[in-house]
Amino acid sequence: MKLYCLSGHPTLPCNVLKFKSTTIMLDCGLDTTSVLNFLPLPLVHSPRLSKLTGWTSKDGTVNLEKELKECAGRVFVDSQPEFCLPERELLDLSTIDVILISNYHCMMALPYITEHTGFTGTVYATEPTLQIGRLLMEELVNFMERVPKAQSATCWKNKDLQRVLPGPLKEAVDVWTWKRCYSMHEVNSALSKVQLVGYSQKVELFGAVQVSPLSSGYSLGSSNWIIQSHHEKVSYVSGSSLLTTHPQPMDQSSLKNSDVLILTGLTQMPTANPDGMLGEFCSNLAMTIRAGGNVLVPCYSSGVIYDLLECLYQFIESANLGTTPFYFISPVANSSLEFSQIFAEWLCHNKQTKVYLPEPPFPHAELIQTNKLKHYPSIHGDFSSEFRQPCVVFTGHPSLRFGDVVHFMELWGKSSLNTVIFTEPDFSYLDALAPYQPLAMKCVYCPIDTRLNFHQVSKLLKEVQPLHVVCPEQYTQPPLSQSHRSDLMLELTPPPMPYRRCSVLNLPFRRRYDVLLTPISESSSWFM
Amino acid sequence: MPEIKVTPLGAGQDVGRSCILVSIGGKNIMLDCGMHMGYNDDRRFPDFSYVTQNGRLTDFLDCVIISHFHLDHCGALPYMSEMVGYDGPIYMTHPTKAICPILLEDFRKITVDKKGETNFFTSQMIKDCMKKVVPLNLHQTVQVDDELEIKAYYAGHVLGAAMVQIKVGSESVVYTGDYNMTPDRHLGAAWIDKCRPDILISESTYATTIRDSKRCRERDFLKKVHESIERGGKVLIPVFALGRAQELCILLETFWERMNLKAPIYFSTGLTEKANHYYKLFITWTNQKIRKTFVQRNMFEFKHIKAFDRSYADNPGPMVVFATPGMLHAGQSLQIFKKWAGNEKNMVIMPGYCVQGTIGHKILNGQRKLEMEGRATLDVKLQVEYMSFSAHADAKGIMQLIRMAEPRNMLLVHGEAAKMEFLKGKIEQEFSIDCYMPANGETAMVTTNPSVPVDMSLNLLKREMALGGPLPDPKKPRTMHGTLIMKENSLKLVSSEQALKELGLNEHQLRFTCRVQLQDPHSDPDTLHRVYTHLKSVLKGYTIQHLPDGTVMVESIVIKVSSSAEDVNAKVLLLSWSYQVQQSPVIFSSEPFNQFLFSSSRKGFRHTR
Repeated sequence: MKLYCLSGHPTLPCNVLKFKSTTIMLDCGLDTTSVLNFLPLPLVHSPRLSKLTGWTSKDGTVNLEKELKECAGRVFVDSQPEFCLPERELLDLSTIDVILISNYHCMMALPYITEHTGFTGTVYATEPTLQIGRLLMEELVNFMERVPKAQSATCWKNKDLQRVLPGPLKEAVDVWTWKRCYSMHEVNSALSKVQLVGYSQKVELFGAVQVSPLSSGYSLGSSNWIIQSHHEKVSYVSGSSLLTTHPQPMDQSSLKNSDVLILTGLTQMPTANPDGMLGEFCSNLAMTIRAGGNVLVPCYSSGVIYDLLECLYQFIESANLGTTPFYFISPVANSSLEFSQIFAEWLCHNKQTKVYLPEPPFPHAELIQTNKLKHYPSIHGDFSSEFRQPCVVFTGHPSLRFGDVVHFMELWGKSSLNTVIFTEPDFSYLDALAPYQPLAMKCVYCPIDTRLNFHQVSKLLKEVQPLHVVCPEQYTQPPLSQSHRSDLMLELTPPPMPYRRCSVLNLPFRRRYDVLLTPISESSSWFM
Repeated sequence: MPEIKVTPLGAGQDVGRSCILVSIGGKNIMLDCGMHMGYNDDRRFPDFSYVTQNGRLTDFLDCVIISHFHLDHCGALPYMSEMVGYDGPIYMTHPTKAICPILLEDFRKITVDKKGETNFFTSQMIKDCMKKVVPLNLHQTVQVDDELEIKAYYAGHVLGAAMVQIKVGSESVVYTGDYNMTPDRHLGAAWIDKCRPDILISESTYATTIRDSKRCRERDFLKKVHESIERGGKVLIPVFALGRAQELCILLETFWERMNLKAPIYFSTGLTEKANHYYKLFITWTNQKIRKTFVQRNMFEFKHIKAFDRSYADNPGPMVVFATPGMLHAGQSLQIFKKWAGNEKNMVIMPGYCVQGTIGHKILNGQRKLEMEGRATLDVKLQVEYMSFSAHADAKGIMQLIRMAEPRNMLLVHGEAAKMEFLKGKIEQEFSIDCYMPANGETAMVTTNPSVPVDMSLNLLKREMALGGPLPDPKKPRTMHGTLIMKENSLKLVSSEQALKELGLNEHQLRFTCRVQLQDPHSDPDTLHRVYTHLKSVLKGYTIQHLPDGTVMVESIVIKVSSSAEDVNAKVLLLSWSYQVQQSPVIFSSEPFNQFLFSSSRKGFRHTR
């Protein structure tokens, strides 16, 4: 039994498990941090960005001024942003039988895997994961396609040239495998291979293996997976949460008695308390509005935004923000808000009870009804005529490299009255802001990551007692910036088996029995 | 051999009061707990005394499962759980859990407040009963206890309707509840995988009907409504608040829009808006088309359909009114019917099935004079139309479901006996499986042949595999040798050595012996030596040893010589070999050895083999 590790990103995993002659891909995460190396894609012509100087090496021997631009002391690629794909050379992707998806953030690389690789298998995901995953992909494609970029930079990827490049570009890995965004056609084709599953549904694979998704408590429809035969059990834990936000609580007890537990998707902000961050988010938002400034919240169009809106729903009146307009701008804003209301089965008990009344489970329905929250597909069209300041804008993409957020950064960046509040933990806010420097706008970093922290996970592991734990190598040592914090790593006996991009692990199993099935009519003759 | 028992307490050769008891693998499950629309007395509810004469039902039932929110499937639930007494889990889907208490409360109000009945369940009882409900998600495998698991499948029919699979070990039963095999304007079609249950318990409301295409029926319906409106008549459509009503509303709404009609459409009771809200929140349970477009246009927001007020019934001019309940047995639909029945311009369209005893059933059977409460009679002059819009599977649909699930046995409920008989014949003929149709209180028994899982030691498996040649042939059954240990509910097959060790037993050896008598004048040791040299010369390629303790060993066969006291010349050769050698008679089959035995025993040879 082997595990092939195709992604080195601990929260955007992509692993392949060979188990009892089935080949199972666990998640299909797309590492989007690569886009930070690119210049933002402005929605309207930006004189600032178009006037940036091209880059040539100091000695003048390398001239890439068409492809690379200097901005505030850093060098960026001037091209459509590209993503770092899961490793595709480690094993033949056409041999994959099934792909199990744990949550909508961990499926963004799906079209790269299912299209053009000879993949003929089935993808399993829950309905909210599929629907919201589709929205996020649609949004990504839309962001890219509505500002087409004529040029596609490739020269800088040349190995010899990359070596002499400055800054993070030099260290970027596997740049020649980076790919542009897929098309809507590829998204549709990839998602047509998805088969829907419900929590605790038992899905038989070729009669050899049974897989079953369990609620993981992290997002709508998010799941951990149990992969088992009669006598072996692998648990795949990815993006789980024990906080009571909107999703159904995590199913912990079903993870018991695992031979191997593959652990990914722990919090990226182990020192930030989500509740504290939420409080800070609200107070900074109120402060800016009272001072007459605007608030920009770069965010994904599903997930934490539901909790932010719910929090604001309670906060608005008490903070006297009743007249402040809240805008949510995304090509899928409307769909995301509507979809959130129809997945009662996947929500926490409190929200389910509301549906029985029948009332919409999320209070953003009321915010929309009372005109406090308005949503628009983009800054063009109705928004431009209805838009009032000071206001609060929720929009994507959190990397600040594409989407409507680019426009607001350009628009509001020059005034110190305005504030940008980062709530998504996926990108370093300093890197995200780099191409906008110098910036007068206030920046507040309130990353809200509800996934398990190290304290919670060690408690969980003590309870479910797996024989072996496999995890990304990042979890086996404290973070680089806090090397003295031994509490920010996994300490287990036996020690966890670490993996990194391109690792191939042999999983330890000690199996002593196999199962025979005997019809009872025959077995009765045993005793004669 | 294990048996599965199925006993309908209601819906056995009848429609209404669905309540079916299933005993499987030592577990007792109640499927649905409905009321009968046709009765107002004790017969309204299933006869729970069948389960137990006195005391609560909790001890006798492992769980109760409700398939959907129609009262003939859940109407007796508060009575059963709160008045008879049941505290175990009640399973139903989320939409059913949301809607069922509303219909129960409605039912209670009509019975207690309007008809003034006492000794009926109260609002509080409905609430207490709903607290015992555990929601079910589609396809989720719910473990009721360690052995009993249930799984829900989409059934169409009404919002939240489910079919359930009940499984204990490898024995299983599927109960369809009410289902619909063709998608309609608001719901999808029922679906199930090839789960091969031991029994498929199916409804058979339309056992003998093969309905024409839905399009035709819809066109017919619209034509009739339109004609009546054109001549200034009033159209009454008795419906249940949730289900068919929404489908017909969508139908009329689009028709009104297309034809630009002005006559008002009303929907009675305050339920309408609430009902539509449920559809909006549970949109994942509707059909593909509505789900796909719900963000742009929610099909359950109606422009032409308005709330009804009692006073509108006397308004002049044409109108269409949807009123509850659907069988004209009580409530608002009955009141409006009484008002409009006398005018031949008016029309009542019954869009669904009506059980015996209801006014709906009577007028559909052509009765034109109705006896009302308190001696009054009512002349029915308005047009009576029947349109089969109720979303039950027809004969074709039932056969289709059998093809999907591939059951080993079939059991029909929720239908009329004569129609069931017909369908039973068809099923038995087409699928060559047994089909049962027990009446209420009758038990159908089905013998099953479930598989018994046995854990086999991997060591033993490898050893046995190695014996049978290089590669196991998965297509051929294999005989294996091992010891079966039954311990704490599990079966293990291990090697005999391991079994002895685990059970702390001593090994006993079974040996086979054989006496061969021959005449030989030599002394015992000499005779033995002669045997030894003879065997040496005839058995080439075998290990033959002459041991100092006075025995000769041929491989593992021991040979000893003794002489009798009376005749020293009469020698007895004692041969002894173990059970293993007996199993693989390598030496016995060798010709020289046999010849030796035969030739040397001319004087009587006894072989104990």
